[in-house]
Amino acid sequence: MKKAADFTLTENRRLTDRFSLLTLKGDIPADVQPGQFVQVRVDNSKTTFLRRPISINEADPATGTLRLLIRRAGDGTNALCDLEPGAVVNMLLPLGNGFTVPADKSTRILLVGGGVGVAPMMMLGRVLKDNGLQPEFLIGARTAGELLLIDEFRKIGTVHTATDDGTSGEKGFAHQHSVLACAGRWDKVCCCGPAPMMKGVAAAARSIGADCEVSLENMMACGLGACLCCVEKTVAGNVCVCTYGPVFNVKELTW
Amino acid sequence: MENNIKPCLAVKVGSMEMRNPVMTASGTFGYGWEFSDFMPLETLGAFIVKGTTLAPREGNPYPRMAETPSGMLNAVGLQNKGVDYFVNNIYNMVKGYGSNLVVNVSGSQPEDYAEVARRLAPLDGVKAIEVNISCPNVKQGGMAFGTTCAGAEAVTKAVRQAWPRTLIVKLSPNVTDITEIARAAEGAGADAVSLINTLMGMAVDVERRRPMLSTVTGGLSGPAVRPVAVRMVWQTAKAVKIPVIGLGGIASGRDAIEFMLAGARAIEVGTANFINPAVCVEIVDWISDWCVRHGVKDINEIVGEI
Repeated sequence: MKKAADFTLTENRRLTDRFSLLTLKGDIPADVQPGQFVQVRVDNSKTTFLRRPISINEADPATGTLRLLIRRAGDGTNALCDLEPGAVVNMLLPLGNGFTVPADKSTRILLVGGGVGVAPMMMLGRVLKDNGLQPEFLIGARTAGELLLIDEFRKIGTVHTATDDGTSGEKGFAHQHSVLACAGRWDKVCCCGPAPMMKGVAAAARSIGADCEVSLENMMACGLGACLCCVEKTVAGNVCVCTYGPVFNVKELTW
Repeated sequence: MENNIKPCLAVKVGSMEMRNPVMTASGTFGYGWEFSDFMPLETLGAFIVKGTTLAPREGNPYPRMAETPSGMLNAVGLQNKGVDYFVNNIYNMVKGYGSNLVVNVSGSQPEDYAEVARRLAPLDGVKAIEVNISCPNVKQGGMAFGTTCAGAEAVTKAVRQAWPRTLIVKLSPNVTDITEIARAAEGAGADAVSLINTLMGMAVDVERRRPMLSTVTGGLSGPAVRPVAVRMVWQTAKAVKIPVIGLGGIASGRDAIEFMLAGARAIEVGTANFINPAVCVEIVDWISDWCVRHGVKDINEIVGEI
């Protein structure tokens, strides 16, 4: 069940000058899934009118701990990245549909995150591991210094990296990485990142015969399926990313 | 002593009796179920479901939304699955909310509007229809009928013949004199007018040097439009005898009372639902408290006080 709730910021880790990792405490519904998002009300920005949809990086209903990885993209996210511990943050959660957790434990699964798109891969990787799967990660960024939360990903599974400038792993975009080019290596690929990268990953997955889910981030107002602003064109027509997604199987999309 | 008496908030629009004056604006509250986790739907005076057309519509291409100072632009373009889908698949799910169900109706020509109304007429649970002659986001029809007296009259007349219950006509602010259009709708048989729909606007992404919306222009809503809406409600309430329903940037009980003092019999809450999905409950409670503070026993006493 969705709810509106006040959370209290307990830690704001500035990962780089562009990214912050917020840890918050509050009441998290027990049915939260990896790939879902929250709608955060930004009270400390006069120019921000709408809530900001933010991926859940990690959520633990037992301890009420929620983590959000945020990129400074404008006034709203700047204000969130500037919050100090003790700040009270109102959110709607959990929203949307998450990634599918395969029932078959032998499913070979690669989680691909580009830039701030690594956010949902943390909880997804942890949940997959808790369910007996062995996910591997492919993390992309502009440069080695912007490979986010890489040490934490390494605790869950093998990590492959790609950087635009070649300072870590293979040089180039994540979807061009050789790990994605091996026919038969993956049964499933889950991806979140910039649209061109996700389209590239979807194409690579298709060519090696892997199932592929992607998480979209179309601009939205309500996050609840009411405003019909965040629509994505699918094989079934225009649907709301906030309620049908944000995670889609690429077979549903017109990519 | 008097302070302990609960004020009467009930209002009547046409033959529709509402327990309070708070309605949800079309296109901002989905079909209600999107909000049922956040608030009890029966607390609403009425809820107005998304604009419904004769044939299904896919709406405009993405992007359809841009955030603006104290508001937002939208260019959804009446995406909906058509009236038959509503009748067969949605009606049964939304008729039992314990609040008045109102369907917003749109079309490309007067006969389309009338045909939608005709297909809704057998559904007793639909207490009123709100005829949208003011959508700025569709190429044909929509706002075209709301910007001339002849257009408003033609649509209202056609729907009046097809619809037996309360008929609300939703007006566009994108006109020189909204009172003329309101009078035309009244003369053609409307039981009430609601105003304002969105103001036409535009925003540009200066880095990409492109419009923010796929349609270039869109409809502005939110607190940014509120003073314009209050002014138009005030003018219109003085020009017609039928009830005026006020909307445009209402985000609090204070805003609702502002519209009622200016002449609104009831109010609609729109964009504010996106930011606070329980805002309507808070507005009802605030209105009630305001009445107690001001010694108002019946909310109808204050309508058009200004």
